[in-house]
Amino acid sequence: MTRPTLATLTLAALTLVVLLPHPLAAQVTFERLLNAGDEPHNWLTYSGNYNSDRHTTLDQITVDNVDRLDLQWVFQAQSQQVFQTTPLVVDGIMYITEAPNTVLALDAKLGRVFWRYEYTPSPESRPCCGRVNRGVAILGETLFMGTIDAQLIAIDAVSGRPLWQTSVAEPGAGYALTLAPLIVKDKVIVSVAGGEYGIRGFISAYDPETGEEEWRFYTIPGPGEPGHDTWEGDDWRYGGASAWITGSYDPDVDLIYWGIGNPGPDWNPAQRPGDNLYSDSVVALDPDTGELEWYFQFTPNDPYDYDSVQVPVLADFPTQDGGTLKLMLWGNRNGFFYVLDRETGRFINGQEFIEQTWAEGLDDNGRPIFIPQEPGATTYPGVQGGTNWYSPSYSPSTRLFYLSAWEGYGSVFEAQEAEYEEGRLFLGGRPAPPVPGGALPSLARGPINTWTESAGTGAVIAIDPATGEQAWKYEMTDVTSSGILTTATDVLFTGNREGYFHAFDARDGELLWRKTLGGMIANGPISYAVDGRQHVAVAAGNGLFVYALRED
Amino acid sequence: MQRRGYGWCVTVLATVAGLLAATGAAAQQTHAGEYAQADINYGMQVYGETCVACHGPDGDAVDGVSLRSGQFRSAGSDQELMRIIAAGIPDTAMPPGDYTASELTGLVAYLRTMGDLDPSDVTVGDAASGEAIYRGQGDCASCHRIGGEGSRVAPDLTDVGAVRTAGSLAESLVDPTSAMLPRNRNIRAVGNDGTVYSGRRLNEDTYTVQIIDENERLVSLVKDDLSEYTVITTSPMPSYAETLTDQERADVLAFLLTLKGMNR
Repeated sequence: MTRPTLATLTLAALTLVVLLPHPLAAQVTFERLLNAGDEPHNWLTYSGNYNSDRHTTLDQITVDNVDRLDLQWVFQAQSQQVFQTTPLVVDGIMYITEAPNTVLALDAKLGRVFWRYEYTPSPESRPCCGRVNRGVAILGETLFMGTIDAQLIAIDAVSGRPLWQTSVAEPGAGYALTLAPLIVKDKVIVSVAGGEYGIRGFISAYDPETGEEEWRFYTIPGPGEPGHDTWEGDDWRYGGASAWITGSYDPDVDLIYWGIGNPGPDWNPAQRPGDNLYSDSVVALDPDTGELEWYFQFTPNDPYDYDSVQVPVLADFPTQDGGTLKLMLWGNRNGFFYVLDRETGRFINGQEFIEQTWAEGLDDNGRPIFIPQEPGATTYPGVQGGTNWYSPSYSPSTRLFYLSAWEGYGSVFEAQEAEYEEGRLFLGGRPAPPVPGGALPSLARGPINTWTESAGTGAVIAIDPATGEQAWKYEMTDVTSSGILTTATDVLFTGNREGYFHAFDARDGELLWRKTLGGMIANGPISYAVDGRQHVAVAAGNGLFVYALRED
Repeated sequence: MQRRGYGWCVTVLATVAGLLAATGAAAQQTHAGEYAQADINYGMQVYGETCVACHGPDGDAVDGVSLRSGQFRSAGSDQELMRIIAAGIPDTAMPPGDYTASELTGLVAYLRTMGDLDPSDVTVGDAASGEAIYRGQGDCASCHRIGGEGSRVAPDLTDVGAVRTAGSLAESLVDPTSAMLPRNRNIRAVGNDGTVYSGRRLNEDTYTVQIIDENERLVSLVKDDLSEYTVITTSPMPSYAETLTDQERADVLAFLLTLKGMNR
């Protein structure tokens, strides 16, 4: 081919000058978010849809062909922090965050980068447990990211340029945003981390155009508000109750559901007598006003840091008389699996999904019956819980609920008086491993594991919500922090801390396929399609790995 | 030039010499007399807003410091001068300042030339008039974007007044190609099926290229699927040398220099 002449270059330049009116690029409207199930080639919200079931109706990958999955591309973050993000995919473009607060737009088919927006958080920021981010939300052509210095930033999804920035809270006091925001109607909803710093937690909503705050729901009621009497004196001012995981939304009853974290100080319940509402609860709020519709508390006056920051999974079950039960399924950090009526918050059923030693069980209202722990006793589950923030999945096909669980994992809790000082840790004691030197490694786990006998083991557990019984269990050597994805073709994808990415038969837990990705998986796999081809993406370590079936 | 037998061709025109002098606010210019008039003008404005209170209009109000001399005890090079202006001088009355790169470039240009500056050379622009031209006869928003308004086809200008120097912006208005940054180049490609792609290049590798096309869509192209691929080194922006007066261009420049990004 010959070089283009100056004339052809000029012509090309001129064609660029003459810009014709054009249709707007595809907008992600609230309508599309409501009907996310109609476009399974996209992954439009943190949990895939407002039910947060992390279930895809894409059906190319099946139990019979999953062993033909082939690596399509890998994206490596510049950050060394383990990915905790869930990417979004919108019409062939993937939006992913890397720690602490960088957003990238990638070609979802090829993995090449269109743009990268790096936000530098204030040195005042002090997130307790990693400088992490779990993803962005999208509305229209705008992405929304919470930052570890408690800012909310709107970013143009096409150009990657910031549009506005709103200060949600004071980072120096321990507030941070690590969750992916949730869009409901014309609001961007976020909530704060910082439960180890004596914050007063809240959930708040913002105007997507301006960043102006529309409402704020404090997760600890103030004086004169219902529930305030579950705190004594000034305890409510620094009682924690953070909320660092994205909630869910039911458009029929028009409520958002949000999980609330531990009360503070974490391990000294005697220092904050009372039930400490709404710590360790799920709250149902009016998305337009932030007003509380109902709440359900899982662990009153929590002594063990059993945050209820799990993703609320919404599922509809047919009744024998032809009706529909609108349920909320919740595998809690405290080791119990709950079924609630999401219209009213009524407790329907609850059973332990791992062996635990802190409660005799749940009473008729779902309130735990505590077993006092002797000094020095090992309490199960330990401080990280029987599960945690790892996204569960519900499959309408198998009618089973799936979660990542930790078994045989305990802590010796020791309470101490704590004094609140703004911006300093406010813990009230410590959890110790039951075996000297048997401390559970952090999310910075290296490639060698010798701690299993003291730290416990991981598992994928399938639970039948109709009975609360375990349908199957797949045991792992090390504990797992991975989210779970299920497909309409009954494939279940999950990872673990060992760096394995697995596919199971969702019906019976049979292992169908596995790959070692060489880094901890601490996020939920997603599925999407480009050019009609189904992909599965999962981040391991600081790499994002994308698979599709071999085309031969 | 042919590349490994692919059926397409990459053409990069020789870089215009002037581009090198305008590729960033930190461009080194060590000899007085070589500063862009627009940078000197802007520096005079910034000086008038931030420096004059202590240093005085003639630069001699601080004992033992004569800015008009163009000679500085603590700073030999322009880079050192910028560093001192930004960081201040400890244990003296000279404070640190939160300046953009454009402001520093302007201040240095002004300080180096203020001794023999003829004020009649200085055209003072009016930012409000410039904004009216930007939105009106200049029709700039049909290609450019500021803070979410306007087209994304051409580079976003939200912080252009902080990241580009006054000199390079003034140059852009009269000779867009000479002041164009490599990262803002457009491409034209033709697919094997005859589809024509044109847009601004965002990223490129051996096998693929990512662009924002003329419909403001992010598009990823596989070079194997292209029969023609051209990187265009001329700017599609029109020159305003004839269509705007000197005063109007100064006004537009004054407006552009107010654009300092989301947080300023």
